[in-house]
Amino acid sequence: MDTQVTNEHDRQEHYLNVDYGIRSWLLTRDHKRIALLYLGSITFMFFLGGIFALVIRLELLTPAGDIVGADTYNKLFTMHGVIMIFFFLIPSIPAVLGNFLVPLMIGARDLAFPRINLASWYIYSLGALFGLWAVFTGGVDTGWTFYAPYSTTASYTKVVPTIVGAFLVGFSSIFTGLNFIVTIHRMRAPGLTWFRLPLFIWAHYATSVIIILGTPVIAITLGLVAVERVFRIGIFDPALGGDPILFQHLFWFYSHPAVYIMILPSMGIISEVITCFSRKRIFGYSFIAVSSLAIALLGFLVWGHHMFVSGQSVYAALIFSVLSFAVAIPSAVKVFNWTATLYKGSISFEAPMVYALGFIGLFTIGGLTGLFLAALGLDVHVHDTYFVVAHFHYIMVGGAIMGYLAGIHFWWPKITGRLYPETLARIAALIVFLGFNLTFFPQFVLGYLGMPRRYYVYPPEFQVLNVMSTAGATILGVGYLLPMLYLTWSLRWGARAGANPWRATGLEWQTPSPPPTYNFATTPLVTEEPYAYPLREAREY
Amino acid sequence: MLERLGLMPTQASTVSGDVDALYLSLVGLSLVFSLGIAAALAYFAIAYRRRSEAHEAEQIHGSLALELVWSIIPFTIAMGIFIWGASLFVTLKRPPDNALEIFAVGKQWMWKLQHLEGRREINALHIPVGRPVKVTLTSEDVIHSFFVPAFRVKQDAVPGRYSTVWFEATKTGSFHLFCAEYCGTEHSGMIGTVTVMEPDDYQDWLSAEMAGGMAGTAQGDDPLSVAAAGGELFRGLGCHTCHRQTAGALGPSLTELFGSQVSLRGGRTVLADEAYLRESIVDPRAKLVDGYQPVMPTFQGQVSEEGLMQLVAYIKSLAAEQDS
Ligand code: HEC
Ligand SMILES: [Cu+2]
Ligand SMILES: [Cu+2]
Repeated sequence: MDTQVTNEHDRQEHYLNVDYGIRSWLLTRDHKRIALLYLGSITFMFFLGGIFALVIRLELLTPAGDIVGADTYNKLFTMHGVIMIFFFLIPSIPAVLGNFLVPLMIGARDLAFPRINLASWYIYSLGALFGLWAVFTGGVDTGWTFYAPYSTTASYTKVVPTIVGAFLVGFSSIFTGLNFIVTIHRMRAPGLTWFRLPLFIWAHYATSVIIILGTPVIAITLGLVAVERVFRIGIFDPALGGDPILFQHLFWFYSHPAVYIMILPSMGIISEVITCFSRKRIFGYSFIAVSSLAIALLGFLVWGHHMFVSGQSVYAALIFSVLSFAVAIPSAVKVFNWTATLYKGSISFEAPMVYALGFIGLFTIGGLTGLFLAALGLDVHVHDTYFVVAHFHYIMVGGAIMGYLAGIHFWWPKITGRLYPETLARIAALIVFLGFNLTFFPQFVLGYLGMPRRYYVYPPEFQVLNVMSTAGATILGVGYLLPMLYLTWSLRWGARAGANPWRATGLEWQTPSPPPTYNFATTPLVTEEPYAYPLREAREY
Repeated sequence: MLERLGLMPTQASTVSGDVDALYLSLVGLSLVFSLGIAAALAYFAIAYRRRSEAHEAEQIHGSLALELVWSIIPFTIAMGIFIWGASLFVTLKRPPDNALEIFAVGKQWMWKLQHLEGRREINALHIPVGRPVKVTLTSEDVIHSFFVPAFRVKQDAVPGRYSTVWFEATKTGSFHLFCAEYCGTEHSGMIGTVTVMEPDDYQDWLSAEMAGGMAGTAQGDDPLSVAAAGGELFRGLGCHTCHRQTAGALGPSLTELFGSQVSLRGGRTVLADEAYLRESIVDPRAKLVDGYQPVMPTFQGQVSEEGLMQLVAYIKSLAAEQDS
């Protein structure tokens, strides 16, 4: 952080300069500082997962195995998935932006349980250390899905440490989720009724519900894998009397809702950004808010769509299929409402808005291709091919990460007190968008042609599309590197941001940037709905 | 055309055209929706771009009518696709009665296949064109998945279970057989070729001896049919000592078992299908036949998955003999 006390602006006390030194960070209970601790940790993990992805793409440049061996390749895609999902995507928006913004947006001085919040970061870090230990002492090769009996019986890699890592970060998410739920229930500023809450808060509320209901199931499931692996107690391996399909049910019962843990917070960000940069009230507030809850609940009833060819009964498949189609509707409603919000707006295109528009496009494609996978007869063909790989990257990278980047740029001035370089940021957003599409669009075609996922070598007829994908990945890599560089640069050299550089509504903008330790000098009083654009007066602090 | 451009795989089975039709309709639908959204975004972005700081948005809260329209229309379309996909799935799940039977066992990292008449192959499957083929699948170790893109079919091979997949080839030629479920080091090497032949050629191939030309694909020199091999095993493992036709035999007679309803101890009944037969052999106590003592030993680990499939085929053949 910027620790230079050089000019009059820094004389104003805020959460970054109240205290210095490593202790003041490691023992902090300030939700804003904890958010930054998380930002550091998950950025590191993203970097690591990204390097694995690049090696994977390089390996797939040619049909033969060239730069790494088969076992290494299998470890690379496993660790890419494990790191990106458990250690980056799931904590990303809630633990960084959610942590920073939930109290600010509802006019609270901190989260309800500041110590638990700090504990969650320590638990996350411990989990991450287990994960890194597994990575650097040989790696793990089960795929991020840990399918049994491969994971329990056949794999000779570091499965147990990885599981312990994922188990621990699960607990850190539960802590965060609990904290959000209690905070949102109990600590809203006077006048801030449920239907005056920013949609970012609704999204985090729904996410927290999923986290709390779902995470214990994955923790138990992974625990059972470890038990079977270590003690040879038959749970999933039929050779020991277990049932491998049971594992899939338990795993997806969490891991399908986990998709919404990753995407809902991102949707929350999009609602904030779209309204701000079109200076317009959100279209259909209550439909967007309630659709988040609908997604959270329906999302728990569709896990079987990952198992259409696993041998589950036809009847079960029919029910999971119809519910999967149903869960698409609330997502579609959100997309329509965001689009309608732009109508007759006063639109400008700062970087967060560019990301948000990119999000809408990519999420739409990701969602529509989800229908292909929910359609039973078609899923049989595309299941476990690159079509699925492309689909979930459109949702999780094109959706969740685009939203995350929109949010990081949008609140960067609030978090750091500095503006990022606007032109560079817009260019980076475009590079990310182009690189992303070039990487993943060809994979839809590859998948329909029949290329199975997790293939180290592949028949030569698939090469052209793989080359396109690898080319896209290098562009995407540049697109991600740029913000890391210029955002760091802006910490020292970026222009000072005022309290409200975007002229946005929202309580977080009604306190200085960076905010003081307890957020607000006086508890704000809320008298109107969110997104009450146009902002009547631009107050300065 | 799309096939020639390399955007779609060859259509080589009776269902591939139907799957492609659903796929292309969804592609069309996706284009309509995503281009529609993109066009709206682009139009709004240009028409309502902020021209000056004074430019103020017109505040609109929403519209119930619109919300209903854009929930109900997508919902109706989604249900339509559901029904389409589901009916296709039901077809894919119901093998025709006259299907040719093939047994397949996946193991790290190969496909072992056996034809009813006894011919075996590894990572290769020969089938006749124009005749439904039903493959019974299982695995010896971890989960694998039997995937033939040209036929648009896929089914997991799960250890401890039987699953089936069926298809009817419409074109002669060679097609990829992939393992689609990650299974370890050589997962991407667990591939083979499905060779579709004219029925006469298939007959010749089936009866061909282990002669030079076929050496690459045919494995083993067991001329017995699968059921006959099962019969050998049945006697070799001593099953016949308990399962006899005579009164007072320790085990029930198996001659009319397959396809019948078995009454279990505790009053339940169960259909004697392939999975039940397999379970009765590897885990006899899981379902005890009413009126018998739990004396049958488990054969788990003593018979390979292929051996189990042969035993099952043998017991099935007994019932078939009774029928005819
Ligand atoms: C020690 C005697 C014994 C031997 C040896 C034996 N079984 Fe059995 N088997 C039984 C008895 C008793 C039952 C009925 C009780 C039960 O369900 O376990 C039975 C049940 C079965 C059933 C279910 C029958 C039904 O009517 O539902 C099948 C199938 C079967 N055995 C197959 C085999 C095969 C194949 C072998 C050889 C690999 C074998 N058994 C060896 C005693 C034996
Ligand atoms: Cu899912
Ligand atoms: Cu495999």
